Amino acid sequence: MEFYLSALVLSLCLGAMSMGVFISMRIFNIPDITTDGSYTLGAAVTALLLVQHWPVYIVVLISMLSGSLAGICTAFIHTKLKIDALLAGILVMTGLYSINLIIMGRSNIPLINLHTLFSYIQIFPHSIYNTLATGIIIIGAFAILLWYILLTDFGIAMRATGNSSSMTRSLGINNNKMKIIGLAMANALTALSGSLVAQYQNFTDINMGIGIVIVGLGSVLIADALRIWFNIVAIGAQIALVIAGSFIFQMVLAVTLSLGVDPNILKLVTALFVLLIVALPRVKNVLKPNE
Amino acid sequence: MNNRAMIQLEQVTKIFNAGRVNEITALNNVSLQINEGEFVIIIGANGSGKTTLFNTIAGSVIPTKGKVFIAGENVTFLPDFKRSKYIARVFQNPFDGTAPDLTILDNFRLAALRTQPKHLTIGNTTAFKKRVREVIARLNWGLENKLNQPMGTLSGGQRQALTLLMCIMDNTKILLLDEPTAALDPKSAEIILNTAQHLIQEYHLTAIFITHNLKDAQQYGNRLLQIHEGKLVRDLDATAKQKVLLQNMYEWFG
Ligand SMILES: Nc1ncnc2c1ncn2[C@@H]1O[C@H](COP(=O)(O)OP(=O)(O)O)[C@@H](O)[C@H]1O
Ligand SMILES: [Mg+2]
Repeated sequence: MEFYLSALVLSLCLGAMSMGVFISMRIFNIPDITTDGSYTLGAAVTALLLVQHWPVYIVVLISMLSGSLAGICTAFIHTKLKIDALLAGILVMTGLYSINLIIMGRSNIPLINLHTLFSYIQIFPHSIYNTLATGIIIIGAFAILLWYILLTDFGIAMRATGNSSSMTRSLGINNNKMKIIGLAMANALTALSGSLVAQYQNFTDINMGIGIVIVGLGSVLIADALRIWFNIVAIGAQIALVIAGSFIFQMVLAVTLSLGVDPNILKLVTALFVLLIVALPRVKNVLKPNE
Repeated sequence: MNNRAMIQLEQVTKIFNAGRVNEITALNNVSLQINEGEFVIIIGANGSGKTTLFNTIAGSVIPTKGKVFIAGENVTFLPDFKRSKYIARVFQNPFDGTAPDLTILDNFRLAALRTQPKHLTIGNTTAFKKRVREVIARLNWGLENKLNQPMGTLSGGQRQALTLLMCIMDNTKILLLDEPTAALDPKSAEIILNTAQHLIQEYHLTAIFITHNLKDAQQYGNRLLQIHEGKLVRDLDATAKQKVLLQNMYEWFG
């Protein structure tokens, strides 16, 4: 039970990143690889400041700001230098690896006996429930904030940007500015995930972000499948589905592990699982080409 | 400069792919003045430069040479999203003017803010919904009861009609219609053009209507331009336009 509960907590922590990938991928149609770097960046900044005993809410805020800065870099390279978004993301992600190492000073920082976001709630006798409650409150708050933003006039303009650039330009929307703000938001959420996971696991590792974008992508793809299946339009429900997608993803991994699969091939399982989600609808089309 | 001039092009030339084998002069030294309240029809063969002319007016294309003025302001280098304070536009492709994943209501919300900043406040209020319903009800297609439906679920004709109505959700001086009905069935085409004509009168718009349909060219507007290979080759005022027979127009394309 505890095993699955911790998978649930992890899926909540990663839910912030999934919301970030939802913004870049679903709303702006940009495959943003910066994610791998900004996730570790959030964790690195968190580690650096936490061990110096900064107040944790300021630590999380600065972590998110650093993530948004990374997103702004990618968006600038993409929009101003007109470089393909995928390449822009790879460039920033690669650069961030060194920057993260410089911030951390070494490849691994343990965060033992420090005051983290998970130290506040102490109501249940069993600590995993306290952690779970904290995760639900934090991710719930950010999900509601994102939901609100996307319902505002500004949010509608954001959603339209990735959907029809000719339409937005003719309606007075600066697409490039929108993309910069969008990637800043996306990577702030990704850095939040990195920060939360570091606080939950009690360590930051320089390699913790490698391949993490696939987890976010997988969650968004699961959400997409559910959205189409249930014919969901409302934006709030879409955000909820993304977090559900993150949960389903972690559950699949947890079950895989519990079946005794070697943890070393977990990344392979992850990639195959995402491939499965993407490929399933296509396999159906191959089998019935007339539909 | 005439102070009633709404749109002015001064010796505008647009060359695509300059210096390459596929170089093409889409506009060749075009000078044109369109006054406030004019309803101009533009005809011309495929590829003659009509859409490029619209794009230079709207700012999606920056001229290789020449200047563009709108309402007296030199907008030659002003990007399209800043020119939208003057211009509302219906594209040739029915799918270019609306966002398919957004609801009808959200599309109209953005259109209502064409000349204004988009703030972090909820604008889809009950009062706004009522206003959108009233505007859409003009079409008599029942779309006013489907405000929460994604735009992408509608037909090309429905989307083009809504794009047209979106043009009047915020103050506009200029309406650009680029073969808005070319891809549509005759019934929707007629509704859209009649609606356009009513809106142009009701809101005192300066309008330009590109069309392939010579009957429409004869029926609508009070000035007729013909473009041929990037050049303005004919410019008829209201009286001259009235005298033109359909047969004459066919011969111009000879
Ligand atoms: N963005 C572009 N890049 C290259 N060539 C273009 C572009 N836009 C238009 N053209 C070319 O310019 C010419 C005029 O096109 P267009 O203005 O679309 O004609 P029309 O609207 O009258 O059919 C065509 O030969 C077209 O291929
Ligand atoms: Mg055209």
